Amino acid sequence: MIKVENLAKSFTLHNQGATVIPVLEDGAFEVQPSECVALTGESGAGKSTVMRILYGNYLAQNGKVEIDGLDITRAEPREILALRRETLGYVSQFLRVVPRVPTLDVVSEPLLSVGKSEEEARERACDLLSRLRIPERLWELSPTTFSGGEQQRVNIARGFAHTYPALLLDEPTASLDAQNRETVLTLIEEAKASGAAIVGIFHDLAARERIADREINVTAFTPKAAA
Amino acid sequence: MSVTPLLDVQHLTKRYGTRIGCSDVSFKLYPGEVMGVVGESGSGKSTLLNCLAGHLPPDEGRILFDTRTEGPRDTLTMSEPERRMLGRTDWAFVHQNPRDGLRMRVSAGGNVGERLMAVGARHYGNIRNAAEDWLERVEIDTDRMDDRPAQFSGGMQQRLQIARNLVSGPRLVFMDEPTGGLDVSVQARLLDLLRGLVRKMGLSAIIVTHDLAVVRLLADRLMVMKSGDVVETGLTDQVLDDPQHAYTQLLVSSVLQV
Repeated sequence: MIKVENLAKSFTLHNQGATVIPVLEDGAFEVQPSECVALTGESGAGKSTVMRILYGNYLAQNGKVEIDGLDITRAEPREILALRRETLGYVSQFLRVVPRVPTLDVVSEPLLSVGKSEEEARERACDLLSRLRIPERLWELSPTTFSGGEQQRVNIARGFAHTYPALLLDEPTASLDAQNRETVLTLIEEAKASGAAIVGIFHDLAARERIADREINVTAFTPKAAA
Repeated sequence: MSVTPLLDVQHLTKRYGTRIGCSDVSFKLYPGEVMGVVGESGSGKSTLLNCLAGHLPPDEGRILFDTRTEGPRDTLTMSEPERRMLGRTDWAFVHQNPRDGLRMRVSAGGNVGERLMAVGARHYGNIRNAAEDWLERVEIDTDRMDDRPAQFSGGMQQRLQIARNLVSGPRLVFMDEPTGGLDVSVQARLLDLLRGLVRKMGLSAIIVTHDLAVVRLLADRLMVMKSGDVVETGLTDQVLDDPQHAYTQLLVSSVLQV
Protein backbone atom coordinates (compact mmCIF):
# COMPACT_ATOMS: atom_id res chain seq x y z
CA MET A 1 0.00 0.00 0.00
CA ILE A 2 2.81 2.38 0.95
CA LYS A 3 6.19 2.03 -0.70
CA VAL A 4 9.13 4.37 -0.16
CA GLU A 5 12.35 4.06 -2.17
CA ASN A 6 15.58 5.99 -2.11
CA LEU A 7 14.00 8.92 -0.31
CA ALA A 8 16.10 12.05 0.25
CA LYS A 9 15.08 15.33 1.80
CA SER A 10 16.96 18.49 2.56
CA PHE A 11 15.92 22.02 3.40
CA THR A 12 17.59 24.95 1.67
CA LEU A 13 17.27 28.17 3.63
CA HIS A 14 17.72 30.74 0.88
CA ASN A 15 17.35 33.67 3.18
CA GLN A 16 19.86 32.44 5.72
CA GLY A 17 22.93 32.26 3.54
CA ALA A 18 21.47 29.45 1.42
CA THR A 19 22.27 26.98 4.19
CA VAL A 20 21.43 23.43 3.14
CA ILE A 21 20.24 21.11 5.89
CA PRO A 22 20.18 17.47 4.82
CA VAL A 23 17.52 15.58 6.76
CA LEU A 24 16.98 12.23 5.08
CA GLU A 25 18.94 10.02 2.74
CA ASP A 26 18.29 6.56 1.26
CA GLY A 27 14.97 6.23 3.02
CA ALA A 28 13.21 3.01 2.08
CA PHE A 29 10.39 0.97 3.57
CA GLU A 30 7.06 -0.62 2.74
CA VAL A 31 3.80 -0.96 4.59
CA GLN A 32 1.26 -3.65 3.71
CA PRO A 33 -2.51 -3.44 4.16
CA SER A 34 -3.55 -4.28 7.76
CA GLU A 35 -0.05 -3.55 8.95
CA CYS A 36 0.98 -0.84 11.39
CA VAL A 37 4.51 0.53 11.34
CA ALA A 38 5.79 2.82 14.08
CA LEU A 39 8.44 5.38 13.23
CA THR A 40 10.98 5.75 16.02
CA GLY A 41 14.06 7.83 16.62
CA GLU A 42 15.03 10.77 18.76
CA SER A 43 13.40 14.12 18.52
CA GLY A 44 14.77 15.81 15.39
CA ALA A 45 15.64 12.51 13.68
CA GLY A 46 13.06 13.18 10.99
CA LYS A 47 9.96 11.20 11.99
CA SER A 48 7.58 14.06 11.33
CA THR A 49 9.41 14.93 8.12
CA VAL A 50 8.84 11.39 6.85
CA MET A 51 5.15 11.65 7.76
CA ARG A 52 4.79 14.98 6.00
CA ILE A 53 6.48 13.66 2.88
CA LEU A 54 4.12 10.67 2.88
CA TYR A 55 1.19 13.11 3.01
CA GLY A 56 2.59 15.26 0.20
CA ASN A 57 2.97 18.20 2.56
CA TYR A 58 6.78 18.26 2.17
CA LEU A 59 8.54 17.88 -1.12
CA ALA A 60 11.13 15.12 -1.42
CA GLN A 61 14.38 16.01 -3.19
CA ASN A 62 14.87 12.52 -4.48
CA GLY A 63 13.27 9.09 -4.51
CA LYS A 64 9.84 7.64 -4.87
CA VAL A 65 6.87 7.56 -2.52
CA GLU A 66 4.12 5.34 -3.84
CA ILE A 67 0.78 5.28 -2.10
CA ASP A 68 -1.81 3.02 -3.65
CA GLY A 69 0.25 3.10 -6.84
CA LEU A 70 0.52 6.90 -7.09
CA ASP A 71 4.02 8.37 -6.83
CA ILE A 72 3.25 11.47 -4.82
CA THR A 73 6.67 13.00 -5.42
CA ARG A 74 5.63 13.49 -9.04
CA ALA A 75 1.85 13.74 -8.83
CA GLU A 76 -0.24 16.77 -9.78
CA PRO A 77 -1.89 18.69 -6.94
CA ARG A 78 -5.33 17.41 -7.94
CA GLU A 79 -4.09 13.80 -7.87
CA ILE A 80 -2.72 14.28 -4.36
CA LEU A 81 -5.97 15.90 -3.26
CA ALA A 82 -7.97 13.00 -4.69
CA LEU A 83 -5.66 10.58 -2.88
CA ARG A 84 -6.17 12.46 0.39
CA ARG A 85 -9.90 12.44 -0.11
CA GLU A 86 -10.31 8.75 -0.92
CA THR A 87 -7.26 6.86 0.24
CA LEU A 88 -4.89 8.64 2.56
CA GLY A 89 -5.90 9.91 5.99
CA TYR A 90 -3.84 11.95 8.42
CA VAL A 91 -4.49 12.49 12.08
CA SER A 92 -2.28 15.11 13.65
CA GLN A 93 -2.45 16.48 17.15
CA PHE A 94 -3.71 19.81 16.06
CA LEU A 95 -6.96 20.75 14.50
CA ARG A 96 -6.86 23.41 11.82
CA VAL A 97 -10.29 24.87 12.28
CA VAL A 98 -12.27 26.76 9.75
CA PRO A 99 -14.13 29.46 11.65
CA ARG A 100 -17.89 29.09 12.11
CA VAL A 101 -18.24 25.46 10.99
CA PRO A 102 -20.13 23.30 13.55
CA THR A 103 -18.30 20.31 15.04
CA LEU A 104 -20.72 17.83 13.51
CA ASP A 105 -19.98 19.23 10.04
CA VAL A 106 -16.24 19.22 10.67
CA VAL A 107 -16.44 15.49 11.41
CA SER A 108 -18.86 14.53 8.62
CA GLU A 109 -17.09 16.50 5.88
CA PRO A 110 -14.61 13.76 4.88
CA LEU A 111 -17.53 11.37 4.34
CA LEU A 112 -19.56 13.84 2.31
CA SER A 113 -16.56 14.52 0.10
CA VAL A 114 -16.31 10.84 -0.84
CA GLY A 115 -19.97 10.86 -1.80
CA LYS A 116 -21.64 9.40 1.30
CA SER A 117 -25.19 10.55 1.98
CA GLU A 118 -25.84 13.36 4.46
CA GLU A 119 -27.64 10.86 6.71
CA GLU A 120 -24.90 8.25 6.71
CA ALA A 121 -22.21 10.89 7.32
CA ARG A 122 -24.12 12.40 10.24
CA GLU A 123 -24.75 9.04 11.81
CA ARG A 124 -21.08 8.11 11.69
CA ALA A 125 -20.08 11.55 13.00
CA CYS A 126 -22.49 11.31 15.94
CA ASP A 127 -21.24 7.83 16.74
CA LEU A 128 -17.59 8.93 16.75
CA LEU A 129 -18.23 12.08 18.76
CA SER A 130 -20.08 10.17 21.45
CA ARG A 131 -17.43 7.45 21.55
CA LEU A 132 -14.82 10.17 22.02
CA ARG A 133 -16.93 11.72 24.79
CA ILE A 134 -17.58 15.10 23.24
CA PRO A 135 -20.74 16.31 25.03
CA GLU A 136 -23.70 16.41 22.67
CA ARG A 137 -24.50 20.03 23.52
CA LEU A 138 -21.22 21.05 21.81
CA TRP A 139 -21.89 19.32 18.49
CA GLU A 140 -23.62 22.25 16.88
CA LEU A 141 -20.86 24.68 17.94
CA SER A 142 -17.65 25.44 16.13
CA PRO A 143 -14.66 23.73 17.79
CA THR A 144 -12.73 27.03 17.71
CA THR A 145 -13.63 27.71 21.33
CA PHE A 146 -13.15 24.15 22.63
CA SER A 147 -10.39 23.13 25.04
CA GLY A 148 -7.20 21.69 23.58
CA GLY A 149 -8.18 18.12 24.49
CA GLU A 150 -11.64 18.49 22.98
CA GLN A 151 -10.19 19.90 19.76
CA GLN A 152 -7.79 16.99 19.56
CA ARG A 153 -10.65 14.52 19.92
CA VAL A 154 -12.72 16.32 17.29
CA ASN A 155 -9.71 16.04 15.01
CA ILE A 156 -9.44 12.32 15.73
CA ALA A 157 -13.15 11.84 15.02
CA ARG A 158 -12.67 13.64 11.70
CA GLY A 159 -9.61 11.53 10.85
CA PHE A 160 -11.45 8.26 11.48
CA ALA A 161 -14.80 9.21 9.91
CA HIS A 162 -13.90 7.77 6.53
CA THR A 163 -12.17 4.38 6.49
CA TYR A 164 -8.98 5.21 4.62
CA PRO A 165 -6.93 2.37 3.12
CA ALA A 166 -3.79 4.22 4.29
CA LEU A 167 -3.54 6.15 7.51
CA LEU A 168 -0.87 8.40 9.03
CA LEU A 169 -1.03 8.97 12.79
CA ASP A 170 1.06 11.63 14.48
CA GLU A 171 0.92 10.95 18.23
CA PRO A 172 -2.78 10.18 18.23
CA THR A 173 -2.93 9.42 21.95
CA ALA A 174 -0.78 12.32 23.19
CA SER A 175 -2.30 14.09 26.21
CA LEU A 176 -5.53 12.06 26.25
CA ASP A 177 -7.01 10.70 29.48
CA ALA A 178 -7.13 6.94 29.99
CA GLN A 179 -10.68 6.42 28.75
CA ASN A 180 -10.25 8.45 25.58
CA ARG A 181 -6.87 6.90 24.95
CA GLU A 182 -8.54 3.49 25.06
CA THR A 183 -11.18 4.64 22.57
CA VAL A 184 -8.55 5.95 20.16
CA LEU A 185 -6.55 2.72 20.38
CA THR A 186 -9.71 0.77 19.63
CA LEU A 187 -10.39 3.02 16.63
CA ILE A 188 -6.88 2.35 15.33
CA GLU A 189 -7.39 -1.40 15.81
CA GLU A 190 -10.66 -1.20 13.92
CA ALA A 191 -8.99 0.65 11.04
CA LYS A 192 -6.25 -1.96 10.96
CA ALA A 193 -8.76 -4.80 10.99
CA SER A 194 -10.54 -3.25 8.04
CA GLY A 195 -7.32 -3.35 6.05
CA ALA A 196 -5.66 0.01 6.57
CA ALA A 197 -1.91 0.35 6.15
CA ILE A 198 -0.85 2.54 9.07
CA VAL A 199 2.27 4.59 9.72
CA GLY A 200 2.44 6.20 13.13
CA ILE A 201 4.53 8.15 15.58
CA PHE A 202 3.77 6.99 19.11
CA HIS A 203 5.63 8.38 22.08
CA ASP A 204 3.21 6.41 24.23
CA LEU A 205 5.24 3.18 24.54
CA ALA A 206 2.38 0.98 25.71
CA ALA A 207 0.27 2.18 22.77
CA ARG A 208 3.11 1.50 20.34
CA GLU A 209 3.55 -2.06 21.69
CA ARG A 210 -0.14 -2.75 21.39
CA ILE A 211 -0.73 -1.28 17.92
CA ALA A 212 2.49 -1.53 15.93
CA ASP A 213 3.60 -4.70 14.15
CA ARG A 214 7.08 -3.37 13.60
CA GLU A 215 9.26 -0.36 14.16
CA ILE A 216 11.39 1.63 11.76
CA ASN A 217 14.08 3.77 13.32
CA VAL A 218 14.40 6.78 11.04
CA THR A 219 17.95 7.38 12.31
CA ALA A 220 18.84 4.82 9.65
CA PHE A 221 17.89 7.46 7.08
CA THR A 222 20.02 10.23 8.61
CA PRO A 223 22.51 11.52 6.03
CA LYS A 224 25.96 10.11 6.74
CA ALA A 225 27.80 13.40 6.23
CA ALA A 226 25.70 15.14 8.83
CA ALA A 227 25.90 12.35 11.40
CA MET B 1 -7.34 11.17 -14.94
CA SER B 2 -7.67 12.32 -18.52
CA VAL B 3 -10.11 15.14 -17.91
CA THR B 4 -10.08 18.12 -20.27
CA PRO B 5 -8.77 21.16 -18.42
CA LEU B 6 -11.32 23.94 -18.08
CA LEU B 7 -8.61 26.46 -18.75
CA ASP B 8 -5.32 25.79 -20.52
CA VAL B 9 -3.02 28.81 -20.48
CA GLN B 10 0.06 28.66 -22.67
CA HIS B 11 3.03 31.05 -22.60
CA LEU B 12 1.02 34.11 -21.69
CA THR B 13 3.05 37.32 -21.78
CA LYS B 14 1.96 40.90 -21.26
CA ARG B 15 4.29 43.89 -21.55
CA TYR B 16 3.65 47.49 -20.69
CA GLY B 17 6.02 49.14 -23.15
CA THR B 18 9.39 47.79 -22.11
CA ARG B 19 8.20 46.74 -18.67
CA ILE B 20 7.06 43.19 -18.11
CA GLY B 21 3.55 42.65 -16.74
CA CYS B 22 3.68 38.89 -16.68
CA SER B 23 6.03 36.68 -18.56
CA ASP B 24 5.57 33.25 -20.15
CA VAL B 25 2.88 31.98 -17.78
CA SER B 26 1.53 28.50 -18.48
CA PHE B 27 -0.82 26.35 -16.43
CA LYS B 28 -3.85 24.12 -16.67
CA LEU B 29 -6.85 24.54 -14.41
CA TYR B 30 -9.15 21.53 -14.04
CA PRO B 31 -12.89 21.53 -13.31
CA GLY B 32 -13.51 22.07 -9.61
CA GLU B 33 -10.00 23.29 -8.94
CA VAL B 34 -9.26 26.49 -7.04
CA MET B 35 -5.91 28.08 -7.74
CA GLY B 36 -4.42 30.89 -5.69
CA VAL B 37 -2.00 33.37 -7.22
CA VAL B 38 0.17 35.09 -4.62
CA GLY B 39 2.95 37.63 -4.74
CA GLU B 40 3.55 41.18 -3.58
CA SER B 41 2.21 44.29 -5.31
CA GLY B 42 3.67 44.62 -8.77
CA SER B 43 4.43 40.91 -9.11
CA GLY B 44 2.12 40.66 -12.12
CA LYS B 45 -0.67 38.70 -10.49
CA SER B 46 -3.42 41.21 -11.27
CA THR B 47 -2.11 41.66 -14.82
CA LEU B 48 -2.34 37.91 -15.27
CA LEU B 49 -5.89 37.80 -13.91
CA ASN B 50 -7.03 40.63 -16.14
CA CYS B 51 -5.48 38.98 -19.21
CA LEU B 52 -7.23 35.70 -18.38
CA ALA B 53 -10.60 37.38 -17.87
CA GLY B 54 -10.33 39.24 -21.17
CA HIS B 55 -9.94 42.69 -19.61
CA LEU B 56 -6.43 43.16 -20.98
CA PRO B 57 -5.03 41.95 -24.31
CA PRO B 58 -1.87 39.90 -23.75
CA ASP B 59 1.05 40.24 -26.20
CA GLU B 60 1.74 36.56 -26.60
CA GLY B 61 0.25 33.22 -25.68
CA ARG B 62 -2.97 31.28 -25.82
CA ILE B 63 -5.88 30.87 -23.41
CA LEU B 64 -7.92 27.78 -24.20
CA PHE B 65 -11.25 27.61 -22.42
CA ASP B 66 -13.34 24.44 -22.56
CA THR B 67 -16.64 25.85 -23.82
CA ARG B 68 -19.91 24.04 -23.17
CA THR B 69 -20.79 23.47 -26.82
CA GLU B 70 -17.59 23.55 -28.85
CA GLY B 71 -14.90 22.25 -26.50
CA PRO B 72 -11.60 24.11 -26.03
CA ARG B 73 -11.47 27.49 -27.81
CA ASP B 74 -8.83 30.18 -27.71
CA THR B 75 -10.54 33.11 -26.00
CA LEU B 76 -7.99 35.52 -27.46
CA THR B 77 -8.94 34.78 -31.06
CA MET B 78 -12.71 34.48 -30.62
CA SER B 79 -14.91 37.39 -31.59
CA GLU B 80 -15.73 40.14 -29.11
CA PRO B 81 -19.44 39.17 -28.85
CA GLU B 82 -18.48 35.54 -28.20
CA ARG B 83 -16.07 36.59 -25.50
CA ARG B 84 -18.65 38.89 -23.93
CA MET B 85 -21.17 36.06 -23.92
CA LEU B 86 -18.67 33.88 -22.05
CA GLY B 87 -18.18 36.72 -19.60
CA ARG B 88 -21.89 36.70 -18.86
CA THR B 89 -22.51 32.97 -18.79
CA ASP B 90 -19.48 30.88 -17.91
CA TRP B 91 -17.24 33.40 -16.22
CA ALA B 92 -17.60 35.63 -13.23
CA PHE B 93 -15.29 38.32 -11.92
CA VAL B 94 -15.27 39.37 -8.28
CA HIS B 95 -13.52 42.72 -7.87
CA GLN B 96 -11.62 43.81 -4.80
CA ASN B 97 -13.77 46.90 -4.57
CA PRO B 98 -17.45 45.91 -4.69
CA ARG B 99 -18.20 49.29 -6.28
CA ASP B 100 -16.41 48.07 -9.42
CA GLY B 101 -18.61 45.00 -9.66
CA LEU B 102 -21.97 46.36 -8.53
CA ARG B 103 -24.37 48.92 -9.91
CA MET B 104 -24.63 51.27 -6.99
CA ARG B 105 -27.87 52.96 -8.10
CA VAL B 106 -29.77 49.71 -8.60
CA SER B 107 -31.40 47.78 -5.73
CA ALA B 108 -29.68 44.71 -4.25
CA GLY B 109 -32.30 42.46 -5.83
CA GLY B 110 -31.85 44.29 -9.13
CA ASN B 111 -28.11 43.77 -9.03
CA VAL B 112 -28.59 40.03 -8.76
CA GLY B 113 -31.49 39.89 -11.20
CA GLU B 114 -29.68 41.90 -13.86
CA ARG B 115 -27.13 39.13 -14.36
CA LEU B 116 -29.96 36.66 -14.94
CA MET B 117 -31.66 38.95 -17.43
CA ALA B 118 -28.36 39.28 -19.29
CA VAL B 119 -28.45 35.55 -19.97
CA GLY B 120 -32.07 35.62 -21.11
CA ALA B 121 -34.27 35.27 -18.00
CA ARG B 122 -37.48 37.25 -18.49
CA HIS B 123 -40.03 36.03 -15.95
CA TYR B 124 -40.16 38.67 -13.18
CA GLY B 125 -41.35 36.25 -10.48
CA ASN B 126 -38.61 33.73 -11.22
CA ILE B 127 -35.93 36.39 -11.29
CA ARG B 128 -37.12 37.82 -7.99
CA ASN B 129 -37.20 34.35 -6.40
CA ALA B 130 -33.70 33.57 -7.61
CA ALA B 131 -32.46 36.92 -6.32
CA GLU B 132 -34.09 36.24 -2.95
CA ASP B 133 -32.55 32.79 -2.79
CA TRP B 134 -29.10 34.19 -3.53
CA LEU B 135 -29.36 36.98 -1.01
CA GLU B 136 -30.13 34.34 1.58
CA ARG B 137 -27.20 32.22 0.49
CA VAL B 138 -24.81 35.13 0.98
CA GLU B 139 -26.49 35.94 4.30
CA ILE B 140 -28.17 39.20 3.39
CA ASP B 141 -31.62 39.68 4.94
CA THR B 142 -34.18 39.51 2.16
CA ASP B 143 -35.94 42.56 3.57
CA ARG B 144 -32.91 44.50 2.31
CA MET B 145 -33.67 43.34 -1.23
CA ASP B 146 -35.00 46.69 -2.41
CA ASP B 147 -32.26 48.77 -0.76
CA ARG B 148 -29.40 50.11 -2.81
CA PRO B 149 -25.89 48.71 -2.21
CA ALA B 150 -24.75 52.20 -1.21
CA GLN B 151 -26.70 51.65 2.03
CA PHE B 152 -24.79 48.42 2.77
CA SER B 153 -21.62 47.91 4.79
CA GLY B 154 -18.44 46.93 2.94
CA GLY B 155 -18.79 43.26 3.88
CA MET B 156 -22.41 43.17 2.72
CA GLN B 157 -21.50 44.86 -0.55
CA GLN B 158 -18.85 42.24 -1.13
CA ARG B 159 -21.32 39.43 -0.40
CA LEU B 160 -23.80 41.04 -2.77
CA GLN B 161 -21.16 41.20 -5.48
CA ILE B 162 -20.57 37.48 -5.00
CA ALA B 163 -24.30 36.75 -5.28
CA ARG B 164 -24.51 38.84 -8.46
CA ASN B 165 -21.62 36.89 -9.93
CA LEU B 166 -22.69 33.39 -8.99
CA VAL B 167 -26.43 33.60 -9.71
CA SER B 168 -25.98 32.73 -13.38
CA GLY B 169 -24.11 29.51 -12.54
CA PRO B 170 -20.65 30.31 -13.91
CA ARG B 171 -18.02 27.59 -14.29
CA LEU B 172 -15.00 29.77 -13.72
CA VAL B 173 -14.70 32.59 -11.20
CA PHE B 174 -11.91 35.15 -11.19
CA MET B 175 -11.36 36.87 -7.86
CA ASP B 176 -9.11 39.85 -7.31
CA GLU B 177 -8.30 40.26 -3.60
CA PRO B 178 -11.87 39.33 -2.62
CA THR B 179 -11.25 40.02 1.07
CA GLY B 180 -9.03 43.08 0.66
CA GLY B 181 -10.16 46.15 2.54
CA LEU B 182 -12.48 44.25 4.89
CA ASP B 183 -12.25 43.88 8.65
CA VAL B 184 -10.70 40.61 9.79
CA SER B 185 -13.95 39.38 11.33
CA VAL B 186 -15.86 40.19 8.14
CA GLN B 187 -13.12 38.46 6.12
CA ALA B 188 -13.53 35.22 8.06
CA ARG B 189 -17.24 35.16 7.37
CA LEU B 190 -16.75 35.90 3.69
CA LEU B 191 -14.06 33.25 3.34
CA ASP B 192 -16.21 30.64 4.99
CA LEU B 193 -19.06 31.59 2.68
CA LEU B 194 -16.88 31.46 -0.43
CA ARG B 195 -15.41 28.13 0.62
CA GLY B 196 -18.87 26.64 1.03
CA LEU B 197 -20.14 27.99 -2.29
CA VAL B 198 -17.07 26.90 -4.25
CA ARG B 199 -17.32 23.37 -2.85
CA LYS B 200 -21.09 23.04 -3.24
CA MET B 201 -21.22 24.40 -6.77
CA GLY B 202 -18.03 22.61 -7.87
CA LEU B 203 -16.67 25.91 -9.19
CA SER B 204 -13.24 26.43 -10.63
CA ALA B 205 -11.66 29.63 -9.46
CA ILE B 206 -8.54 31.70 -9.72
CA ILE B 207 -7.97 33.87 -6.68
CA VAL B 208 -5.40 36.62 -6.71
CA THR B 209 -4.37 37.79 -3.26
CA HIS B 210 -1.40 38.75 -1.17
CA ASP B 211 -3.01 37.17 1.90
CA LEU B 212 -1.61 33.70 2.49
CA ALA B 213 -4.30 32.82 5.03
CA VAL B 214 -6.91 33.31 2.30
CA VAL B 215 -5.28 30.85 -0.05
CA ARG B 216 -4.63 28.33 2.70
CA LEU B 217 -8.34 28.23 3.34
CA LEU B 218 -9.62 28.43 -0.23
CA ALA B 219 -7.06 27.25 -2.75
CA ASP B 220 -6.17 23.69 -3.77
CA ARG B 221 -2.96 24.85 -5.39
CA LEU B 222 -0.76 27.90 -5.55
CA MET B 223 1.20 29.86 -8.05
CA VAL B 224 3.78 32.26 -6.64
CA MET B 225 4.75 35.25 -8.81
CA LYS B 226 7.60 37.70 -8.59
CA SER B 227 8.45 40.45 -11.08
CA GLY B 228 6.14 38.96 -13.70
CA ASP B 229 7.55 35.44 -13.45
CA VAL B 230 6.05 32.34 -11.91
CA VAL B 231 8.69 31.22 -9.41
CA GLU B 232 6.94 28.30 -7.76
CA THR B 233 3.78 26.20 -8.09
CA GLY B 234 2.33 23.30 -6.18
CA LEU B 235 -0.19 21.99 -3.69
CA THR B 236 -1.17 24.87 -1.37
CA ASP B 237 -0.09 23.35 1.92
CA GLN B 238 3.14 22.04 0.39
CA VAL B 239 4.11 25.46 -1.00
CA LEU B 240 3.29 27.17 2.30
CA ASP B 241 4.84 24.58 4.62
CA ASP B 242 7.87 23.62 2.53
CA PRO B 243 8.55 26.53 0.16
CA GLN B 244 11.40 25.87 -2.27
CA HIS B 245 12.10 29.24 -3.88
CA ALA B 246 13.91 32.02 -2.03
CA TYR B 247 11.09 34.46 -2.67
CA THR B 248 8.38 32.10 -1.42
CA GLN B 249 10.41 31.42 1.72
CA LEU B 250 10.64 35.14 2.30
CA LEU B 251 6.92 35.57 1.69
CA VAL B 252 5.95 32.77 4.08
CA SER B 253 8.37 33.81 6.80
CA SER B 254 7.22 37.43 6.61
CA VAL B 255 3.75 36.59 7.86
CA LEU B 256 3.30 37.61 11.45
CA GLN B 257 2.21 34.74 13.67
CA VAL B 258 -0.77 35.51 15.84
